[in-house]
Amino acid sequence: MSVSHLVPFLAVLPLGMAFLFVGLAHVRGGQRVVPGLAVLTVAANLVLATALIGVEVGPIFVGGWGAGKTLGIQLNCDGLAKFMAVTINLVALVSIVFALAYMRRFTKVWLFHALFLLMTGAMNGLVLAGDLFNMFVFLEIAAIASYALVGFGCEAEELEAAFKYLILGTVGSAFVLVGIGILYAMTGHLNMGMVAATLAKVGTTGPAVLLAAAALLGGLALKAAMVPFHAWLPDAHPSAPAPISAMLSGVLIKASGVYALARVVFNVLGPNAPLATVLMALGALSMVIGVFLAVGQWDFKRLLAYHSVSQMGYVVLALGAAADVLAVGGNRTVAGLCLFGGLFHLFNHAAFKSLLFLSSGALEQQVGTRWLKEMGGLARRMPVTSFCCRVGALSIAGVPPFNGFFSKLIIIVGLAMAGHPVLAALAALVALMTLVSFVKVQRYALEGEPAGDGAATAREAPLLMGVAMAVLAVICIGGGLAMVPLGAHLLDPAREVLLDGAQALKEVLP
Amino acid sequence: MGITIYVLTFALLLIGIYAVVAKKNVVKIIVGVLVIDYAVNLFLVLVGYRTGGGAPILAEGQPVTEFARTAVDPLPQAMVLTSIVIGLGITALMVAMAIRLWENYRTFDMNEIRRLRG
Repeated sequence: MSVSHLVPFLAVLPLGMAFLFVGLAHVRGGQRVVPGLAVLTVAANLVLATALIGVEVGPIFVGGWGAGKTLGIQLNCDGLAKFMAVTINLVALVSIVFALAYMRRFTKVWLFHALFLLMTGAMNGLVLAGDLFNMFVFLEIAAIASYALVGFGCEAEELEAAFKYLILGTVGSAFVLVGIGILYAMTGHLNMGMVAATLAKVGTTGPAVLLAAAALLGGLALKAAMVPFHAWLPDAHPSAPAPISAMLSGVLIKASGVYALARVVFNVLGPNAPLATVLMALGALSMVIGVFLAVGQWDFKRLLAYHSVSQMGYVVLALGAAADVLAVGGNRTVAGLCLFGGLFHLFNHAAFKSLLFLSSGALEQQVGTRWLKEMGGLARRMPVTSFCCRVGALSIAGVPPFNGFFSKLIIIVGLAMAGHPVLAALAALVALMTLVSFVKVQRYALEGEPAGDGAATAREAPLLMGVAMAVLAVICIGGGLAMVPLGAHLLDPAREVLLDGAQALKEVLP
Repeated sequence: MGITIYVLTFALLLIGIYAVVAKKNVVKIIVGVLVIDYAVNLFLVLVGYRTGGGAPILAEGQPVTEFARTAVDPLPQAMVLTSIVIGLGITALMVAMAIRLWENYRTFDMNEIRRLRG
């Protein structure tokens, strides 16, 4: 039995464990084993996802509905899915280890772990899904778990944020489903490869395809929090408990937003000029407006949330530029460079934004406030947290030799080579603004004198939280230097899938 | 029939979106989301429908070719079932949150439920 037989467990294991936890919670003594089991489950998933790197895994037909039949559930474990699975499970493992210490002040921790695994398992299923409707179902499972987790504290503000997120998220999902319905009506298929093959015959520029594309792009852009669909994110992400903020900003908006966008645009609809323009416009707007909104924030977690909008803008802009090059049959190397930058930035953002959210959670727990003006002098009182926070800030600001520098540089070079010098200059300017914003964080939170009682008496965060942050800090420092091996094993296979466009899923047809 | 029913479904979708965007009462917003859900489900059923089509159940002794010619498409119906179940989960969560919102704010008016700054 080879490792490829275990692929469905990426999704099935966490989902099953989530339901098991609900049962365990009602057994005497069962609640005690839940956190340990949750960590083991996520760790097993990370091992499995890592073991899949470099292994050739063909399409998997669940329940034996295989060759020749068009109706079965198909899982595609291609380069892109493997790359996303590694990213998701890495951030999930670090977040859940952090949560062991962080969640002690909450009640019903078993419920937290059940929802956490539901979300992780659904995201794994989402990136593996080989047909559009399964993608939608996993999107919804992940979304429902995240709505509940945002409101987990049940405080007034948290419920308000969760309710807004829930309403907007549901409307977005409805549009995704409309788009899938139109594509099914046109092609008679739900399997992504078959939809792509049929669309290639009937043409991808008819009004019905454009309507489906508009519905899908609108719904998924809302999930990815692209400007102008970003209004929910700055409320929802800061309101969640810190490990969940790290998961939401670190991987959820990428898996259910950017990944799904990329899959639909490149592999199902095929890159064409109107879609590329829309992606570039969304990306550029998010990148610029996100950072301008972030600079003025004094709430640490809210500031980080706006930066998520901005950094996701980089990724979508790079994807759009690549689609633009591919649409006119341009140079594959240039498109590949843009995609490499975009995917590398996606991975790096998962590392440094999770790190920043985790360190903001540690600061909030030890200091008792999220307001930057009430912190101060924490570099002396909380050295480990402060060091990790600085590493994250330097990475997101794009200071060499941290990982954010390399991915931003590749995106900027890629944009310039793809014939968008203005957008490249804009990306560089936004990087500068990000730096300014994080200099402010360093200045008010970590340097200077304590501005409040909480900051004056703060102590270092518990060991497990420190370990979780240190792991991510090592990835941020080493990510840039490890670009070549990372690229060869993770990013290049993922990039090839997107570069092949509508052809990519043809070879995995049942 | 024909195009009319699609137009009506689209109108239903627009009514739901109007309720979500323009109404300020939490309960009315929830009803708006439900209307959107119904409109999408209706659309999916319409996608698989054919005028005068029979139920997609293969009778004993019925030739498969005749079945394929007369039955409506069962796949969108399966999708709608899944979608309804998801909708049920979402509705339960929305209502639960509305109750908790009421406990915290003592109002259903979204204009007064705004402690978070833009």
